[in-house]
Amino acid sequence: MSMDVDITITVNGERITERVEARKTLVDFVRDDLGLTGSHVGCEHGVCGACTMRVDGVIVRGCLMLAAQCDGAKVETIEGLSDSGELADLQAAFEQRNALQCGYCTPGMLTAAQELLNQAKAKQSVPSRDEIREHISGNYCRCTGYHAIVDAVESVAKARAGAKS
Amino acid sequence: MKITADSPPVLSILDRPNSYIGRAVPRPNLQRLTQGRGQYISDVTLPRMAHVAYLRSPHAHARIVSISTEAAKNAPGVVAVVTGAELAKVMTPWVGVLTHLKGIKSAPQSPIAVERACWQGEAVCAVVARTRAQAEDACELIDIVYEELPAVTNPETALDAGTPVIHASLGDNLCFERKLDVGEVDKAFANSDAVVEATFVTGRHTGVCTEPRAVVADWNEGEQRMTVYHATQAPHMMQNLFAKHLDLSESQVRVLTKDVGGSFGIKVHTYADEMATVALSKLLKRPVKFVADRIESFVTDIHARDHRIKGKIGVSKDGIITAFEIDDLTGIGPYSVYPRTSGIEANQVVNLTGGPYNCPNYRAQARVVFQNKNVMCQYRAVGHPIAVAVTEGLVELAAAKIGMDPLEIRRRNLFPDDGYPAQTASGLKLEQLSHHEALAHLDTMIDYAGLRAEQKKLRDKGIYRGIGFASFIEVTNPSAAFYGVGGAKITSQDGATVKLDAQGAITIHSGVTEQGQGAEAVLAQCVASSFGVSMDRVRVVTGDTDNTPYGGGTWASRAAGIGGEAAWQAGKALRGNVLAVAGAMLQAKPEDLDIRNGIVVDKTTGAERLGLDELARVAYFRPDTLPPGFQAELMATRHYVPRAWPFAFTNGIQASYLEVDTDTGFVKLLRHWCVEDCGTIINPQLVNEQIRGGVVQGIGAALFEQCLYDERGQMLNGNMADYLVPMAVEMPDIDCGHVVSPTADSELGAKGAGEAGTAGAPACIMNAINDALRPLGAQPLTDMPFTPGKILAALGKI
Amino acid sequence: MKPAPFAYKKARSLDEAIALLGENPEARLLAGGQSLMATLNMRLSAPSLLIDINGIGGLGGIAHKSGAVEIGALARHTDAERSATIAQHAPLIARAMPFIGHPAIRNRGTLGGSIAFADPAAELPACLLALDGEVDAQGPKGKRTIKTGDYFKGLYETALGPQEILTAIRLPAADSNTRIGFAELARRHGDYAIVGLAASARADGKGLKNVRLAYFGVGNTPLRATGAEAALARGDVDGAVAALDLEPHDDIQATGAVKKHLAGVLLRRVAAQLMEQRP
Repeated sequence: MSMDVDITITVNGERITERVEARKTLVDFVRDDLGLTGSHVGCEHGVCGACTMRVDGVIVRGCLMLAAQCDGAKVETIEGLSDSGELADLQAAFEQRNALQCGYCTPGMLTAAQELLNQAKAKQSVPSRDEIREHISGNYCRCTGYHAIVDAVESVAKARAGAKS
Repeated sequence: MKITADSPPVLSILDRPNSYIGRAVPRPNLQRLTQGRGQYISDVTLPRMAHVAYLRSPHAHARIVSISTEAAKNAPGVVAVVTGAELAKVMTPWVGVLTHLKGIKSAPQSPIAVERACWQGEAVCAVVARTRAQAEDACELIDIVYEELPAVTNPETALDAGTPVIHASLGDNLCFERKLDVGEVDKAFANSDAVVEATFVTGRHTGVCTEPRAVVADWNEGEQRMTVYHATQAPHMMQNLFAKHLDLSESQVRVLTKDVGGSFGIKVHTYADEMATVALSKLLKRPVKFVADRIESFVTDIHARDHRIKGKIGVSKDGIITAFEIDDLTGIGPYSVYPRTSGIEANQVVNLTGGPYNCPNYRAQARVVFQNKNVMCQYRAVGHPIAVAVTEGLVELAAAKIGMDPLEIRRRNLFPDDGYPAQTASGLKLEQLSHHEALAHLDTMIDYAGLRAEQKKLRDKGIYRGIGFASFIEVTNPSAAFYGVGGAKITSQDGATVKLDAQGAITIHSGVTEQGQGAEAVLAQCVASSFGVSMDRVRVVTGDTDNTPYGGGTWASRAAGIGGEAAWQAGKALRGNVLAVAGAMLQAKPEDLDIRNGIVVDKTTGAERLGLDELARVAYFRPDTLPPGFQAELMATRHYVPRAWPFAFTNGIQASYLEVDTDTGFVKLLRHWCVEDCGTIINPQLVNEQIRGGVVQGIGAALFEQCLYDERGQMLNGNMADYLVPMAVEMPDIDCGHVVSPTADSELGAKGAGEAGTAGAPACIMNAINDALRPLGAQPLTDMPFTPGKILAALGKI
Repeated sequence: MKPAPFAYKKARSLDEAIALLGENPEARLLAGGQSLMATLNMRLSAPSLLIDINGIGGLGGIAHKSGAVEIGALARHTDAERSATIAQHAPLIARAMPFIGHPAIRNRGTLGGSIAFADPAAELPACLLALDGEVDAQGPKGKRTIKTGDYFKGLYETALGPQEILTAIRLPAADSNTRIGFAELARRHGDYAIVGLAASARADGKGLKNVRLAYFGVGNTPLRATGAEAALARGDVDGAVAALDLEPHDDIQATGAVKKHLAGVLLRRVAAQLMEQRP
């Protein structure tokens, strides 16, 4: 049986056909094969969240999926989420509030936070600080102590709720 | 969108038009990072680049009998398999000692173990292959025969006659010892109304930078030059070390840092596997990349803080501290880490214990011993969290013993704000601190009386909350006294070069580095302010030994205070140069002109005279129109090093409010506060975020983090599921307050702020837990981290 | 830290997956992969072949039928978390769900995978045991149903045969007399618990009957505390705590003695949930 797999995958809207090693994780694939280095490798065992990206609309750990599994899937990384403008207000809030220092966790943190913000919007609610903290508790940040991140996410949640009403 | 103002701007005496000093301006370089467009060393790829994986010793101490590499050499994708003996021909070993730590000794350390592995995780063989995965595949094919040797793991018995000596050539397992006896300690204890003794343990823990250590080394045989892309805090230090141990001149080595995914002192040391990677590139004449994976990071990134300190404090019944005494023992692994040594941490514990208090009697002993565990060395707030835990733990235990409020006992002993300059019993020279003002600020900020009332009310309902404090001093802006006098080529000065480009914008090149603290923002603020342009006209270049002034990098809270001052001065110098050009062009006296918002103006009226773009156009393209003999100098360099004081000490006080579930031993953090004085505040937002991040690292030490080893020297929890770092939901909101006592050593007056949070938080949490449990008669908890099991044991529940 | 090489095959049907398992004794099934992938990356496991069952249709449903809730093996944790059926008819599962990992993990992890992996510190195996659910499996010899009492065999060991695939779990649907309780103690949210307790019972007037207490994190499998169950049915909480006969081993986060103490604390908390709870 082959140790390589042919996949066709849509990454940030771009259709890509590649032959990948079966053992290659999704995050290694987007980084090494596609040059999308915005997704970061922090632990490779599913704890730190630095490789958080979206597959078929939901956030996943890029180190706990194989590229081979993503045949036919739609993958979105920080590069795509940035270029589309989807995260623009959240990114601006992180920058204004200094909710990042070294920035290594930031793409994963933003991607995770955006899922909470989308859920909150669907429910027409603003998450509490505790709910924000709980949602991002799978994303490790060593620099900030999290307070500024919670501030930034909270400000965007309120702004988006306000913009809607 | 509304961003809540993080902190009101603290106005500075340095305010002038265009001043950014004291303003919470956002960092200019963040969009790159929020968009995933940063470039970390782990992102770097080069033509012909190969990847190295290291096979690591599974034993804490073993003789390497034989290494069979044939199968690995024939594995797919393998470029080379290299043993320690083979690499020793390319790179010389090193010894981590400093001459000002009298008597410190260590053994030569090689990039890859030769003959003997001295800790579990030490690299014993390298495989270079086309991919990291292939390198790891081949590692599994290497057959090493080990003869296991007895492992020295317990520091308490490391110096016993019956304990094997790890390095026979050293004679014993003692790396470093320091003794200090100041004043009349025995007499002071004898005359005390109360004496409290306790043994404090600070758990061995580690930095867990989100981006693991990473290096790409590129030896160009044609140029005879080594370019090292290195996630380091100190590029010029590494340039010196790479050159020295590869027998090259420093001009043959270039170190670039790019973006660095967290450092905290972890990335300021010489790591054997990084040195080996550089040597492999030289050997193989091609780029070689090494990125530590998380599992090998846990057994190779320096550990820190593994100390057992017996402490003793004497007090009079009116709360005057009569004496401190400590006996510190620390095990630092098999080698003193190069070049900063593993003696500094214990040395700092001796220096800093009792530091905030005006107490003349102090006796200390510190012993640093070798053991067969991963190496320990300097990690954020070196020695401070240990010294603060001992000092503040003893102070609050003494207060409890004499029935005095913990803030009151501090008021009676902290160095008076009007009594500076002062000197601690250990000999630290203090320029100007503000312990009492900081304490008063904190008292108000936390509504101390209100908190105590709430605490009392809840106790009646069986809810046990605690309030704990920690006063502290922090070493910042180190002069040559830290390392230079000990013979290490670690510079304490730093430089900044500022130039005006042909469109009138500014570029600054600085010797300090950025790992997220905001150093580049601070540099831009300083230059924009002293030169007179808006920050968006300033670009910052750091982290490149070919293109920045010689500097120390970023560690010991030095980037803002030292690098910032150099940048401030360089901006001023360039301003003078530019005004000279303007004077020549406008036939005006330079002293009658100023630069504001990037425009040369009349100093008194503010009338606009000349745009910088026009000035640059003339100076660069039409110098023929300038007066004869006039030469425009549109680039200026300044250096700065603290000279008047060996260190710029800062001070502050933290408070923690928490709740202990006395059934489960779990601690819930409710709120945390820190008031600190880092002198002139260049950017209050950045200062606050340094404090917040630092506090959470300290909380990690107090509640969660510990590198656990068994008696055979095997690390038991070397992964992120079992080694617990702080995550968001368990952490509290953290409020920051400030007092400003500028240092007169520099014009800016800025001291460092990077480590205050980490220095004070563990003590603060410890004191709050003990405050919560005191009414239940619990044994004081002094053994970090404070796990549910330890708290239940203190309560007598298990 | 990269996985050792393996082959990969996406199975299109259960029969294909079962056949592949038969042909490749060193193969592993890949469902959500949230535990397996970490062990592969660390080379703690090195299968010759990964059989990806995520593409097999019909295994992701959550349905209430004939007094039971049937959860397809490939239902994701997130599906269960958001399912009205689970909230109404399997409230213990709904209660446990937020404690499992983090959102990105729950988006991928499957309920079937968790039960098949049978981590003794995990929430769902204990819930299955507390609810007296059952497991549907399919193998070369066809389909069979395994009662929970027969399912958990040892550390990461279940009654599933080497060629058997877990296809669904089935739980008795809750009704107005159903009482459930859940609590766990983890030093950080989302981590495996130091000790946890999932419980179910039936209201019996003001008391309880059919009490089932399933502890996790205290042994090689989720463990029932039958002595404590009997005492709770008598309304004797102190007696229940006294009757706990767990003998947990030390681990990285806590000693056996701490776990045992905490098991008692959880018992009181869960007992209160069982007794106070009214629909």
